[in-house]
Amino acid sequence: MSDLNTAMIEKYRSSFLKEVEANVEEGEWVKMCMQCGVCSGSCPLGKHWEHPPQEIFMMIRAGKREDVLSSDAMWMCTSCYNCIARCPRGLPITHIMHGLAVYSKRLGLTPKKQPTAEFSQIFWDNLMKKGRVNELKLGLSIYFKDGFGQGVKNAMANRKLGQNMMKAKRMNAMEMFSGHRIKDLTGFQKIINKAQEIETGNIKDFK
Amino acid sequence: MTEVIATNETILVVGGGISGMTAALEAAETGKQVVLVEKRPYVGGRVTQLYQYFPKLCFPTCGLEINQRRAKMNPNLNIITMAEVTDIKGEAGNYTATVKISPRYVNERCTACGDCAKAVESEFNDEFNYDMGKRKGAYLPHRMAHPQRYILDPAIIGTDDAQKAKDACQVNAVDLDMREEVIEFNAGAVIWATGWKPYDANKIQPYGYDRIANVITSVEFERMADPNGPTGGKLTRPSDGKEVKSVAFIQCAGSRDKNHLLHCSRICCMASLKQATYPADDVAISIYYIDIRAIDRFEDFYQKVKAKENVKFIKSKVASIVENKENSNPTLHGVDTEGYNRYADEHDLVVLAVGMEPSVDKAGFPVEITINEEGFIEPAPENGGVFAAGCSSDALDVNRAVQHATGAALRAIQVVNRVAATEG
Repeated sequence: MSDLNTAMIEKYRSSFLKEVEANVEEGEWVKMCMQCGVCSGSCPLGKHWEHPPQEIFMMIRAGKREDVLSSDAMWMCTSCYNCIARCPRGLPITHIMHGLAVYSKRLGLTPKKQPTAEFSQIFWDNLMKKGRVNELKLGLSIYFKDGFGQGVKNAMANRKLGQNMMKAKRMNAMEMFSGHRIKDLTGFQKIINKAQEIETGNIKDFK
Repeated sequence: MTEVIATNETILVVGGGISGMTAALEAAETGKQVVLVEKRPYVGGRVTQLYQYFPKLCFPTCGLEINQRRAKMNPNLNIITMAEVTDIKGEAGNYTATVKISPRYVNERCTACGDCAKAVESEFNDEFNYDMGKRKGAYLPHRMAHPQRYILDPAIIGTDDAQKAKDACQVNAVDLDMREEVIEFNAGAVIWATGWKPYDANKIQPYGYDRIANVITSVEFERMADPNGPTGGKLTRPSDGKEVKSVAFIQCAGSRDKNHLLHCSRICCMASLKQATYPADDVAISIYYIDIRAIDRFEDFYQKVKAKENVKFIKSKVASIVENKENSNPTLHGVDTEGYNRYADEHDLVVLAVGMEPSVDKAGFPVEITINEEGFIEPAPENGGVFAAGCSSDALDVNRAVQHATGAALRAIQVVNRVAATEG
């Protein structure tokens, strides 16, 4: 391609597409979408999406930055991989959705009370404490995330499940007090901090 | 025993479809000796199975008649049917081809009277109609078949039916002692015109071709529209024989898809637009597409079909098809690109516009040849005196295949002319 062609393409490529390419995992695939719609039609949760993946890709190319990043659409992805399996262009759609979700979270644009986002945060915080997931505390944190009253209701509704898990030794009540942990917790936290540092360093500024 | 007189100045044409026939005739009419080897019992290939051509909606039988007449008139052209090239050795200007000829059990005395077919009782799926409908164990593949000669299905050999066919023949044309032959002959250049086959729709799992009766392929729809076809030209549902009142066409069924064929098959858009003109005006037609690729002069035809009131275009690649168990209607699920509306549309019949894939498997070429990722032959200098013609080189419509075949004929002629010059 001639230099002039390349220059013109650069000129017309929206800055939001550039931003997605630079800062979103697998974001460089977005421009490969040919808008056939097979992903949206194949998504088992498709009708609950504010914008199906195909529309998200078009919105990115149209430069609708706020609409995309503050949408709850990409948080609806359950990672069933139907879209990836069927996409005629081989776009890693599931991964792009997760990438967009992560990026919107990083920028603080995630919609408030988005259940998947809330769960992800609780899971992360739980994991970071001991380097292992404490399922008892994780379960309770989710039950009580919307206040004490709702938490008691949730716990009561699921108490049979909890009891059975304890009987089957799948859950241990003692986990409430300290809980199991990895051997080198400080080392683990160091790794995570370093990774986050690298990740943050790679983010390009588009403001 | 089949006699073939051939020298290093002979051109071997592999495949007798529209491309192979064109290349063979063009070369033979310049005075070159040509041997045409065709796998089917007749020449004309997949064009014989078409009802109408796009964009003029004229009948392929017309051009076929002209070509068959040219073939009959030309003493330089030797057509061997029911034959396959199994090996080609040598180099440009000096090839030796090995050809396997399957027995037809009917010799050249046949007058195509049809008495043998009447006498024979056994029936088989009719491959000419893509297994819709039946044909007899002794049959003429289609009405215009050239050579105009019956054939006995190998499955009836050794049964009473074979004897019945022999006894019914008044001109003693049935020869039950015919055996498979393997012959060898020389050639200076080879034109490879083995054509295409429809992509196997069973591989497109979400469209349910293998499990939903009323989901058919475009090549099957073409046979249904033909008055000589299995339904006598009536567009009926395979599940219950009811007249079709709404048809959906699904474009890119297997083409432009990483999971299937990587290439655009180029003909399917025009084929579906053409097929949208087959049903009566009160039949509702929906065409689901990614983008309509009606190139250059075909744009006019696209506009003409677009203007029809009963034809609707939906910009969307259908995600999946589910059968409505109550009425056997296929239901199409997807999201359109113009508004992102989720749809679940029911139709009487769904036609998959299946893609073109090369008929010879990548590993199946009996000669060393350069093949691209999609299995089509590349015009590489390493191919020596072997030249691709028509759909063995790319997905082409008839018009472009014929142009390409003429080009291949010219290349082959140049090789044998060089041979003639050195051998004096």
